[in-house]
Amino acid sequence: MASSIDTRERLQSVTDQAYKYGFVTDIDTDVAPKGLSEDIVRFISARKAEPEWLLAWRLKAYRHWLAMPEPIWSHVKFPALDYQDAYYYSAPKATDGPKSLDEVDPKLLETYEKLGVPLGERALLAGVAVDAVFDSVSVATTFKKKLEEKGVIFCSISEAVQKHPELIKKYMGSVVPYADNKHACLNSAVFTDGSFVYIPKGVRCPMELSTYFRINAAKTGQFERTLIIADAGSYVSYLEGCTAPMRDENQLHAAVVELIALDDAEIKYSTVQNWYPGDVEGRGGIYNFVTKRGACRGRNSKIAWTQVETGSAITWKYPSCILQGDNSVGEFYSVAVTNNRQQADTGTKMIHIGRNTRSRIISKGISAGRADNTYRGLVRILPKAEGARNYTQCDSLLIGDRCGAHTVPYIESRNPSARVEHEATTSKISEDQLFYCRQRGLSQEEAVSLIVNGFCKEVLQTLPMEFAVEAQKLLGVSLEGSVG
Amino acid sequence: MALLEIKNLHVAVDDREILKGIDLTLDAGEVHAIMGPNGSGKSTLSYVLAGREGYAITAGTIRFQGKDLLAMAPDERARKGVFLAFQYPVEIPGVAGMTFLKTALNALRKERGAGELDAMQFLKFVRAQAKRLEIGDEMLKRALNVGFSGGEKKRNEVLQMAVLEPILAVLDETDSGLDIDALKIVADGVNALRSPERAMLLITHYQRLLDYIVPDRVHVLAHGRIAKSGGKELALELERKGYGEFLGEAA
Repeated sequence: MASSIDTRERLQSVTDQAYKYGFVTDIDTDVAPKGLSEDIVRFISARKAEPEWLLAWRLKAYRHWLAMPEPIWSHVKFPALDYQDAYYYSAPKATDGPKSLDEVDPKLLETYEKLGVPLGERALLAGVAVDAVFDSVSVATTFKKKLEEKGVIFCSISEAVQKHPELIKKYMGSVVPYADNKHACLNSAVFTDGSFVYIPKGVRCPMELSTYFRINAAKTGQFERTLIIADAGSYVSYLEGCTAPMRDENQLHAAVVELIALDDAEIKYSTVQNWYPGDVEGRGGIYNFVTKRGACRGRNSKIAWTQVETGSAITWKYPSCILQGDNSVGEFYSVAVTNNRQQADTGTKMIHIGRNTRSRIISKGISAGRADNTYRGLVRILPKAEGARNYTQCDSLLIGDRCGAHTVPYIESRNPSARVEHEATTSKISEDQLFYCRQRGLSQEEAVSLIVNGFCKEVLQTLPMEFAVEAQKLLGVSLEGSVG
Repeated sequence: MALLEIKNLHVAVDDREILKGIDLTLDAGEVHAIMGPNGSGKSTLSYVLAGREGYAITAGTIRFQGKDLLAMAPDERARKGVFLAFQYPVEIPGVAGMTFLKTALNALRKERGAGELDAMQFLKFVRAQAKRLEIGDEMLKRALNVGFSGGEKKRNEVLQMAVLEPILAVLDETDSGLDIDALKIVADGVNALRSPERAMLLITHYQRLLDYIVPDRVHVLAHGRIAKSGGKELALELERKGYGEFLGEAA
């Protein structure tokens, strides 16, 4: 049919568009030799002038990592990782750290500009503090003063190691032990930087805290480590978002995020992830193997994860909650989009330990092109979790007929008073829906974007306002050319 | 120049010819009704006008405002002012009716070189139109067509038409499934949109609708051809005699 051929051609031209955020900043980097060894671990620790106990911890992790098997249970396929064929440390040159924005390399600022990182006054107006991670070292942290007034600590992990070693010692590795899994173990050995947040007792953090990550130097695996502690009665909302430049080789990203909520504290952690997914054949995309876990240690504490995952060649990620305190609440809201050859195996774990603990899981998987999208979730009710409740809703949306959607829920209940609900649906964007929207004047892309945003509504509305707008646009862009 | 000019239109679906040479001309300000038995090709004609895929145009032309309509993509036709009120409006989960209307209206306004309406102007405009169709705010907040009754769906189609202000409106069996009260509301809504600049094509099975929306011309579609055309009295004649006369002559 003439009209459908025309449509296909038009869509092809859209698909062929280069990755929008594919640019590389030319900047001097201070790079460790290629490969991984005890020497590299020592090198990283030495560059950061770390205390002896931290080096010992890193080395313990490294030695454990050597013997650890790769996790192979997920529904993703990729060639074996060559850990020796990557760099583990690279830092922008200014080793002493800039005192103000004027001291920051202008090229770096330009990169942030392209990324839309609201530094300086723009950030002040937007009410967002940015701990911008460029490659592996934090170079600029804004709004420290305003936060300091409230006693909030928001800095890089490296800085926290120097200035608040007691907090690091007490909490780092307490939610994700170094031996948790192969990727987290590697991170424990070679993490280079990341963010640290401490909200004191009874403090409501006066602004959304935000970090933009960006992978820049070629072949540098990124090993960030984030630690957020919300002391009793405090509240914090943390935003993490990222885009990456075009790359030819696969880049391993194995981050660890640990959240700790004490009595009556609440942490809201939102992510928009848009790393380079590779080309239409999946070449050159990021491997995103991340361990994110929150511990609701205190009574009535709450941790809510929201993620919008559109990028990466492979996503392996299960932001989880350990509901230890009585009446604690864990939430997981997720949108995972896979297009072309992308693979995502993502979900959550809700571990109910305390009484009357509640969890809620809303997962929206969208699969287009030849992509595979798996929801994998564990709800575990332990014997003492009297009155625990879980509600899980898992929806998959398929675009086209060459993609896959899989739902793998694990439910283990060891307390007869617990109530666990699981609902799942799978649907397709129908020709009828597309035609209906187009008959009202929407282009094919606008129609897909509208339908997908409707599908994801319950998740998107949990995001902070500005982030939700960004996420909506991103969903549209990620699925461009997916219908034809 | 006629607003819509269909000449010798032949359309096939899966190699089966459905429309076998339609000629039809609509001038601005006119309302035409197309009547006919089931399977005569009425809905095919409406989909071909709107540009749905799956219909092969094997011969003929359609000119809209002098331009080749068949060369335009469905969304382009919509932005140029062609509107189809669907016989079976489609559900779009999670998308509020209001959001859908706003997205569609802005797409059209962009085409026309008008700026986007601000939120307050838009709300005021939609509410005024919705009130006439007895559509409340609650319904506009609900996901589009999800869980709507048949009557709600049809009223909602007419609301979209009112908001998008098309130049050519094709109403495909907008009366089907409506009780008499709902039919009156819908008909009043449609009548309010009659204007010297706008043409309408009513596709219907029953004469009943035409008691409320009085057409300028009535055409009988049978076996893929326009078998008879006349004034509004033709509809009454059909009501009396049925379609038997046209069903007899097999193609």
